Amino acid sequence: MASEQQLDAIKGAKVLMVGAGGIGCELLKTLALSGFQDIHIIDMDTIEVSNLNRQFLFRQSHVGQSKAKVARDAVLKFRPHISITAHHANIKSSEFNVDFFKQFDVILNGLDNLGARRHVNRIRLAAGVPLVESGTTGFLGQVAVHVKDITECYECYPKPAPKSYPVCTITNTPSKFVHCIVWAKDLLFAKLFGDKNQDNDLNVRSSDGASSSEHVDDIFERKNDEDTDCYGRRIYDHVFGYNIELALSNDETWKNRTRPKPIYSRDVLSDNQQNGNLDQSCSSGDLASVSAMATLGLKNPQDVWNLAENSNVFLEALKLFFSKREKEIGSLAFDKDDQLAVEFVTAAANIRAASFGIPMHSLFEAKGIAGNIVHAVATTNAVVAGLIVIEAIKLLNKDLENVRMTFCNEHPKRKMLLMPVEPFEPNKSCFVCSTTPLTLEVNASRTKFRDFIEKIVRAKLGMNLPIVMQGTSLLYEVGDDLDEDEIRNYEANLEKVLCKLPSPVIGGTLVTVEDFHQQLSCEINIKQREDFDEEKEPDGMVLIGWLQVPTDTENKTSAQNGESTSGTGTDQAAPLEIAEIGETEVNAVSKKRNFSELSNSSVSHPSCGNDTKCKNKEIAFCTLLLRMAYEMAFFAFLLELRRRAFVGVQLPVAASISSARNQISSLPRSDLSMESG
Amino acid sequence: MDGDALTEQETALYDRQIRVWGADAQRRLSKAHVLVGGMKGTVAEVCKNIVLAGVGSLTLVDDSPVTEEALNANFLITPDEKLFAGRSIAEVCCDSLKDFNPMVHVSVEKGDLSSLSTDFFEKFDVIIVSNSSLSTKKAINEKCRKLSKRIAFYSVDCRDSCGEIFVDLQDHSCTKKQVNETFECRLQYPSFAEAIAVPWKNLPKRVSKLFFAMRVIEKFEESEARSSGEISLADLPNVLKLRKELCEAQLFNESQIPDSLLERLLLGKLEFPPVCAIIGGILGQEVIKAISCKGEPIKNFFYFDAMDGKGVIEDISNPNSAS
Repeated sequence: MASEQQLDAIKGAKVLMVGAGGIGCELLKTLALSGFQDIHIIDMDTIEVSNLNRQFLFRQSHVGQSKAKVARDAVLKFRPHISITAHHANIKSSEFNVDFFKQFDVILNGLDNLGARRHVNRIRLAAGVPLVESGTTGFLGQVAVHVKDITECYECYPKPAPKSYPVCTITNTPSKFVHCIVWAKDLLFAKLFGDKNQDNDLNVRSSDGASSSEHVDDIFERKNDEDTDCYGRRIYDHVFGYNIELALSNDETWKNRTRPKPIYSRDVLSDNQQNGNLDQSCSSGDLASVSAMATLGLKNPQDVWNLAENSNVFLEALKLFFSKREKEIGSLAFDKDDQLAVEFVTAAANIRAASFGIPMHSLFEAKGIAGNIVHAVATTNAVVAGLIVIEAIKLLNKDLENVRMTFCNEHPKRKMLLMPVEPFEPNKSCFVCSTTPLTLEVNASRTKFRDFIEKIVRAKLGMNLPIVMQGTSLLYEVGDDLDEDEIRNYEANLEKVLCKLPSPVIGGTLVTVEDFHQQLSCEINIKQREDFDEEKEPDGMVLIGWLQVPTDTENKTSAQNGESTSGTGTDQAAPLEIAEIGETEVNAVSKKRNFSELSNSSVSHPSCGNDTKCKNKEIAFCTLLLRMAYEMAFFAFLLELRRRAFVGVQLPVAASISSARNQISSLPRSDLSMESG
Repeated sequence: MDGDALTEQETALYDRQIRVWGADAQRRLSKAHVLVGGMKGTVAEVCKNIVLAGVGSLTLVDDSPVTEEALNANFLITPDEKLFAGRSIAEVCCDSLKDFNPMVHVSVEKGDLSSLSTDFFEKFDVIIVSNSSLSTKKAINEKCRKLSKRIAFYSVDCRDSCGEIFVDLQDHSCTKKQVNETFECRLQYPSFAEAIAVPWKNLPKRVSKLFFAMRVIEKFEESEARSSGEISLADLPNVLKLRKELCEAQLFNESQIPDSLLERLLLGKLEFPPVCAIIGGILGQEVIKAISCKGEPIKNFFYFDAMDGKGVIEDISNPNSAS
């Protein structure tokens, strides 16, 4: 049990929990049991059925209600005399500013996305409040401690970029099921049911042959009097038949690849085989229950449908969209909880997969990939919550020497399922927690200011309400209190190239970018550069000093993430591989570290990509990474460990193992062995 | 796998975890029957985890009344005397657990774990014992082993900020996946009595000190006829004396069992809730692994100490008899 001193610190503490989901429920329970008496909890989400398998404070009857509020009420039942304040709100909203954060002794994150993690990291840095960060995926978990100026901040080390696939892989040469899912979801579904004005690479690529893009546009448009069956078949034959034939006509593409097989509806379906009993079903008018599976009599979402079944689901789902949900067409966005959308995307992805010789998948699996669903279990969340509370208590007792980052492994590493790692120092050139300026290589006479704002300031620097200055001149700001002239000026600036701005941004100038809400300010040295590699530097700009993990590695992990959602589950090839890197490298690192340096060193766990919305050259699979931010973070951290171990940067000079041991044995808490060296 | 497909309700509720362990494992879970004895904080955590996971049934054994102490780390008890007066801890916890997952059958068995018959145990696939004496642990473990049916046996305890899990799966076969390849693996476990009888000096040098310290405390409680946890710092001189005797008999260096560690264990009558969550989480995961035969289970001890933050697996089995 905690010592008297620890108990006093716990009782007197005021803590902020961000997130009342999987980790949050466990954390709130463990905090309350451990004696915490003043807890604030923020979560904007409401309860869903698929939460109930692990978010144990919630019941079926709570579905639709605020997670933060229900969690508070549930915990007050077994600890009625403590104070829990629930905020059903977005952590990014302005009420949760630096002053709000300052009232807390420690911040505890149980979040599921990168954007919010970065945001909390910045505000707590400005407020000077320590943070315990956490995350889980399946049986893997991680807990880390961030203390300003003493440990790394959440953003000190590389963040893998959001998953994106080269557009040609998606449109022409898919080799994995996830490519087919991206095509079905981001191109075909978006084209047929989404905003018609949105750029869509389906147009571009489909027009590769002789046909003009206008002609192609007509193809996807349903003609006024066209029967939905005919329309569906026409779309089917166009995307799975004609377009494949068109692609096949380019021999160069298929030199080293398996040639795809065009599929036409007449080959798969006999004319009278068509479809289910549309009229018998969904008479209730409940749109959410409209389902092609139901009308076709397909029951088990775990089954992998054959090509004919997929084709039927494709045509039936398309028909149902036009007959039952016509009003939504033109404004639909894919949603993993939209049954009909998942059915359509599963079927389309499977037909495409069949064409390219890629194994087909069940609706359950396809939904996992398309919806970027993070698999989750109660046990890992419980373990992680326990670890968070242990670290929080150390922070409250100012016991910085003993804070640790802990990994939960699925397979033991050096006999360990729970593996504590010594913390790391802040990155001296981190753009968030240090003042080191960044450098931007850019062609100032060609790059629009809008691109700078979107691709650099928002996407890479993660600012929500940016202010951009060159010298003392304001070039851009966002806010409610701007007058019309200002808004007009800033809008006009966005369309200008950098060197034509009122205060020109050219090589040798210094641009200051600030976000008042996050209280983050960074300086960017502008360096003129004429040419950029379109493939490798698609932004047409290179930000130096902002770290990012090499692309090939991300692709690898993300792809495996996607695939590891296959129902057989526990495999987790990617995490396994990661954990192995972890062991070796952690070993290597710990050898180089001296225990006495711990008090000055830090924990970190870098996170992942940014919220870039790649609209041009690549198809963003952003949310995958947002949702899986944590796993990415884990990977990034290990990569960083490896980098440090190999390059030897930033590691304190190694002390001999024996001297480290001596120091260990002189510490009061050394009754158990610490480092094996 | 054959057998009934998961219902729509199950698929919706268990969606996220089926993505972790697969539909087969979920079906096996739903057919498994689990018995637990000794409803303290750690066991409350284990119960929560396996009820959420969707085991077929859970039976609770603990006749003791609800006391102030019982409330310490147990979130299954509402601290309102009107609600728990005259009822056993198991009965009160049962109500809360039922609420967590209507698809799991949760019930109470009255009586003392050590007096329950071998026939009774035969109904179960998993038995978890906590807060029990050395002799009770051994006796139940032996009863499990006598049955022709294979029963997974676990004992679990948290003292101060330390926790111990013991696992006996007898002869266990499972599949484990590594780098996209599935391996069959087969493990032979010693019983609790066999494991603790392994001569200490034969064990590898770096075995967790907690293993030895827990044996000393356990032996002390037995020799003084105390129930589990009925100890205090006042017992330290006698515990140190027992340590000396045990170490001499085992030709083992006493310094491997530090005074400070024994002191902590003596003080730790109350469980430390974060450690309950951690140990309860790890054990929950182990139960799921054992039932589903998926993933390599712990063989055969697990230790966590909040002091150093390590969660370590120790294999304490006699190499000659165990394989």
